[in-house]
Amino acid sequence: MAEVQELKQIASQVRRDIVRMVHAVQSGHPGGSLGCTDFLTALYFNIMEHNPKFSMNGVNEDLFFLSNGHISPVFYSVLAHSGYFDKKELSTFRRLNSRLQGHPTTHEHLPGVRVASGSLGQGMSVAIGAALAKKLNKDSHVVYSLHGDGELDEGQNWEAIMFAGHHKVDNLISTIDHNGQQIDGPTDVVMKLGDLRVKFESFGWQVLEMDGNDMDDTIRGLNEARSYVGKGKPIAIIMKTVMGKGVDFMEGHHEWHGIAPSDEQLAKALAQLPETLGDY
Amino acid sequence: MRTAFINQLIAEAEKNDKVFLLVGDLGFSVVEPFAEAFPDRFLNVGIAEQNMAGIAAGLAKEGYCVFIYSIGNFPTLRCMEQIRYDICYHNLNVKVIAVGGGYAYGALGASHHATEEVGMLRIIPNMIVCAPADPQEAKAVTTFVTAHNGPCYIRLGKAGEPQIHTEALSLKEGEILTVKEGGGVAVLSTGAMLKYTLDFLQVNNIDASVYSFPFVKPIDQDKLAIILKSYKKIITIEEHQAQGGFGSAILEISNDLLEYNKIEKLPLIKRIAIKDKFYSVAGSQEYLREIAGITLMPSFFTITQTDAV
Repeated sequence: MAEVQELKQIASQVRRDIVRMVHAVQSGHPGGSLGCTDFLTALYFNIMEHNPKFSMNGVNEDLFFLSNGHISPVFYSVLAHSGYFDKKELSTFRRLNSRLQGHPTTHEHLPGVRVASGSLGQGMSVAIGAALAKKLNKDSHVVYSLHGDGELDEGQNWEAIMFAGHHKVDNLISTIDHNGQQIDGPTDVVMKLGDLRVKFESFGWQVLEMDGNDMDDTIRGLNEARSYVGKGKPIAIIMKTVMGKGVDFMEGHHEWHGIAPSDEQLAKALAQLPETLGDY
Repeated sequence: MRTAFINQLIAEAEKNDKVFLLVGDLGFSVVEPFAEAFPDRFLNVGIAEQNMAGIAAGLAKEGYCVFIYSIGNFPTLRCMEQIRYDICYHNLNVKVIAVGGGYAYGALGASHHATEEVGMLRIIPNMIVCAPADPQEAKAVTTFVTAHNGPCYIRLGKAGEPQIHTEALSLKEGEILTVKEGGGVAVLSTGAMLKYTLDFLQVNNIDASVYSFPFVKPIDQDKLAIILKSYKKIITIEEHQAQGGFGSAILEISNDLLEYNKIEKLPLIKRIAIKDKFYSVAGSQEYLREIAGITLMPSFFTITQTDAV
């Protein structure tokens, strides 16, 4: 289990990977990937009980479902550094015949991917199904899911949120990446989300907030979330992040949701991100 | 048919402790015996079919054989993307059950007319599509889909359909049932049109062959080739839009069989189905079938008089 200082170093390498992967093929989604780097690093290197010798049924381990599949670069990098597959494979991102598609799929059996995503709003329902199965199977492990805040525009989320509260799915920890940005602009301009804490609480969820770009607070928040498991309510983490975090010219700009940096921008970005574990 | 389905599902769940049933708040007066027998393996997810399909995928990922049940378009069209990407893409063990296929809910209006879903589900890879004709076929496809590890769809009628097959059936994947062998013309029927077809032939004292297709996908190609070779004139009948449905499937496979030299020529194939149209008047199932042109009168006699190629 990595501690905070080590986690920060891993996160720096993951951010380098993201920028390099997206630059190499001149396509992909760097913004949300960079924003969720600290969260996924904390989850895979400190919080979750998981086995890189991947088995699809996930018996006796914690599960993670990525619903906002477009942030695949961060997911692939974290999986590779966790040992699910060789980090050299990161160089194949979005290339011909690669297992690392733009949005994660299970079809080519990429270890670590439990459900294909990319069509927004579908992940929480699947996570709930897996969480229900864990309860039935008397498996006390936890199911985690990650969702974008813009993704909450999709109505299916609210079916799932209502269900999980009503049926007390208290082994589910769903995190909302609340960076306030979606493809066409700020969420406040495109579609106001209102008070997410109040919304989740009114559906019967235990809600907490954390700063998803502060490693200490991310670890604190995730541990607090775990402390609520088994207490009768599903758990929502409203995670404040900055889109593009770690690369100064990308931070907070929705334009970086889905565009790739130029050669010059890549050099500027990498200068801000120390190579800690060796580039792929 | 729905009673035959639920009774058989209970029988399957007694043998298989992974059978799980989710309903979209429309199981009233049908699913209670299952819910009482297996309270841990039953959930009413509320009026939320997209979530129901997603939860089914999650349960199936962890090893359950999950049935999702609602009326016509709701567990099918309403959650088509979840069926495609959460269930079929992962080839998960989820069974979509729709009650009220075709115009079964006649007077409830077009919202409740399931007349496109077979075509939409048939296109999706990994999906098996079943449309039983009577309670025996419903029972047999329920057993089949429980044993089959992968996504399936069952289009049921409503309640109270008469038994056509007198003995219990055991169905193989894609099996075509010979119901009646006669001369001249063969009628290929899927779903609840079988009863209508048999009654029509009897009333009009017509000697024709009748085959029932409890599977719209896949279809036993060897047996279909034999049928295509045995008749110069074939009629397909279904309670669905003509485009993309059962008759379309027969035409597609027939052409493939011709292409691959499994048959030497195509018989004349007349498709009886809905002609690319919505019918929005109130009426019984029989009335709506008639105005939508799902009738063998006069098609049967027209095709009989046509010179086959």
